[in-house]
Amino acid sequence: MESIDLTMIWVVIIGVAVFMYVLMDGFDLGVGILFPFAPDDESRDLMMNSVAPVWDGNETWLILGGAGLLAAFPLIYSVFLPALYIGVFLLLAGLIFRGIAFEFRFKSEKSKHWWDKSFNIGSTVAAFAQGAVIGAYIQGFDVVDMKYVGGAFDWLTPFTVMTGVGVVTGYALLGATWTVLKTEGKTRDWALRMSERLLLGVFGFFIIVSLWTPLTKPFVYDRWMNNVEWLWLFPLLTAVVSLWVWRNIRRRHEVIPFVGSMLLFAFFYIGILISMWPYAVPPDYTFWDAASAPGSQLFLLIGVLFLIPIILAYTAFNYWVFRGKVKPGSGYH
Amino acid sequence: MELDPLLLSRIQFAFVVSFHAIFPVFTIGLAAYIAVLEAMNYRRPDPVREKLSQFWIKIFAVVFGLGVVSGIVMAFQFGTNWSNFSYAASNFMGPVLSYEVVTAFFLEATFLGVLLFGRDRVPRGLHLLAACMVALGTFISSFWILSANSWFHTPAGVELVDGHFQVTSWLQAIFNPSLPYRFAHMALASFITGGFVVAAVSSWYLVRDRNPRSSRMALKMTVVMLAVATPLQLVIGDMHGLNTLEHQPIKVAAMEGHWETKQGAPLVLFGLPDSSAEKNHFEIAIPYLGSLILTHSLDGEVQGLKSVPAEDRPPVAIVFWSFRIMVAIGLVFIILSWAALVQMLRGRLFESRRLLTILSVSYPLPFIAVIAGWFVTEIGRQPWMVYGMMRVSDSLTPSLSGWMALATLIGYIAVYTVVFGAGVYYLRRVLVQGPESIEESGDSDSARPKRPFSALNTGFDGETQTARS
Repeated sequence: MESIDLTMIWVVIIGVAVFMYVLMDGFDLGVGILFPFAPDDESRDLMMNSVAPVWDGNETWLILGGAGLLAAFPLIYSVFLPALYIGVFLLLAGLIFRGIAFEFRFKSEKSKHWWDKSFNIGSTVAAFAQGAVIGAYIQGFDVVDMKYVGGAFDWLTPFTVMTGVGVVTGYALLGATWTVLKTEGKTRDWALRMSERLLLGVFGFFIIVSLWTPLTKPFVYDRWMNNVEWLWLFPLLTAVVSLWVWRNIRRRHEVIPFVGSMLLFAFFYIGILISMWPYAVPPDYTFWDAASAPGSQLFLLIGVLFLIPIILAYTAFNYWVFRGKVKPGSGYH
Repeated sequence: MELDPLLLSRIQFAFVVSFHAIFPVFTIGLAAYIAVLEAMNYRRPDPVREKLSQFWIKIFAVVFGLGVVSGIVMAFQFGTNWSNFSYAASNFMGPVLSYEVVTAFFLEATFLGVLLFGRDRVPRGLHLLAACMVALGTFISSFWILSANSWFHTPAGVELVDGHFQVTSWLQAIFNPSLPYRFAHMALASFITGGFVVAAVSSWYLVRDRNPRSSRMALKMTVVMLAVATPLQLVIGDMHGLNTLEHQPIKVAAMEGHWETKQGAPLVLFGLPDSSAEKNHFEIAIPYLGSLILTHSLDGEVQGLKSVPAEDRPPVAIVFWSFRIMVAIGLVFIILSWAALVQMLRGRLFESRRLLTILSVSYPLPFIAVIAGWFVTEIGRQPWMVYGMMRVSDSLTPSLSGWMALATLIGYIAVYTVVFGAGVYYLRRVLVQGPESIEESGDSDSARPKRPFSALNTGFDGETQTARS
């Protein structure tokens, strides 16, 4: 069954691409979310410089995710985008405003505070919209005959607002622990204080989602309550890693909080996938229903298998070039 | 009033794609120009040429950045507003657009940083390689995009199974019949656009007696290139038109304003096409010339609009007029570039102040011509999304309401106005500052991030040393 294998391969590829995006754009969106809370303008300069060399590479994964979905799982593309129509617009507008802020903020004097706002609001709106997308995925879509038939604001419910705010908090935690990793002095001390609070917030959202989802989604409840026990390893790991991160924030460790926060995101991500598996467009369509023709999946797979390692190597090289602490005055200009 | 989501979505797509298109059209030509400058500089180093190249790399960085930002929007337009089409055509569109991301973005992202910041940090050969790879990346990107776009006009290598396009031959689908002509026509348009912008900026400096050495060098190079490219575009355009006549005769009928199918058709120079009366008002035409151009024979038969039912015809007037605007600008280009060439050969180009003044204000023309050309080909494709296979009206997102399409249309206009207003404002400052003032910036800022705009030293609104003119 060649087609089944191909679909499974594409689940992994798209899954990795989306997760790469979440992790990498997560921390640079998080820096934007935290921007207004930074102690002073110098800290803001440092924070922005720490992500400036990498953020647009990070966002390329979003484009790859979008185009890859159209190629491998067109049903997801053609249901999610119409269903989240207004949210997608907000996401794009947010990404444009924050992206352009990188370019113009460092060249501005009089208008600098406007670019600060543009960066902060754009980042926050984009993060919220992404969280709402995850919420909407869990919530499911009104689909008839492979077409979305629901309303413009079906995606905006108390549940998706909660997941939206949850992702804003989570990205802020990634941004804060990234700042701990990349800065020194008062900026790092402030980021450590923020990390501690944000970690508590993220853990709170984790508890809420873990209770809310199974209670409203019978099949998720079923999955967790009447299924194999090893599933419970993930919430357990989440709790252990949260504790580990918390202790190391208290110890003022500079690397473990960021690594641990990324691990937490990995567990959340896997937890959601396990809960929703095998549905691509819940409540009715699986990844196999959503798949494109095997010939199309294969045609793209050949190129992607060859090119993704090169892109990963370049990305790793780019992070290597800009490794270490960001020093004041050594940034943009 | 009832808001029509179909019409609003078409306006929205036309708006975001027109806005996006002007940036790549410029950067493709400019990237090639920069690569040529770098190659010449590699063979025979020359500080003036290096400054000139640095200056245009600065401009390139800004325009490229704006193109990237507006391009992200394009990646989602098909899904948000045309989901029925996306789903139906995903087997072809998905892989083609994905290949653009992995083949072109990769090249551009890797080598742009080296091109912008690597001049003093990498060996000269590697810097030249970076310039060539960026130029190649823009070409590969436009190849995939134009392949997908050409497929809308001349679909091949697919069959419709239950309303779903299945690819039967990737080779035929990607290299569909109109791709070679469209690609050649667009590539030349990019060179001409880049050429006229460089010529306009150089002339602008020369008229004001600024940056004389680099401006003369730039103007001479572009005049020679344009004198070859502009007449060649006429030939390529004609071949593209004949290809269109073969595959989309009704589009050509709209371009020419031909209602009746006849032998010995005239060439309509002027007229006001009227779709309800099915004729042109105030027509001025040259007999037989239409048939001569289209069929290369005086009494060749040319198909008219009335040969198909009204619902299969595109809106005639806008196609008819956009075509005339494009052709007229193309003829102006030939005259301008040959006038400049003649003056150059007589050794009087830099003294011809009137010609230089005209050249210095010519920079909007290529952009107008490109957008007019897109209007001809895309509106001329109506009412088809995929010519002869899928209608635009069947392509729309079913759940889309008029107010949603209107709200996001207004939203995109607002966002683009702010963001691109800032970009154009900043670009103007770079141009006014000019190539001579580019500092020989040492390597003080080695931690400088690889960002397009950070190749620039010009301030956004601060007190930069701007030469007053």
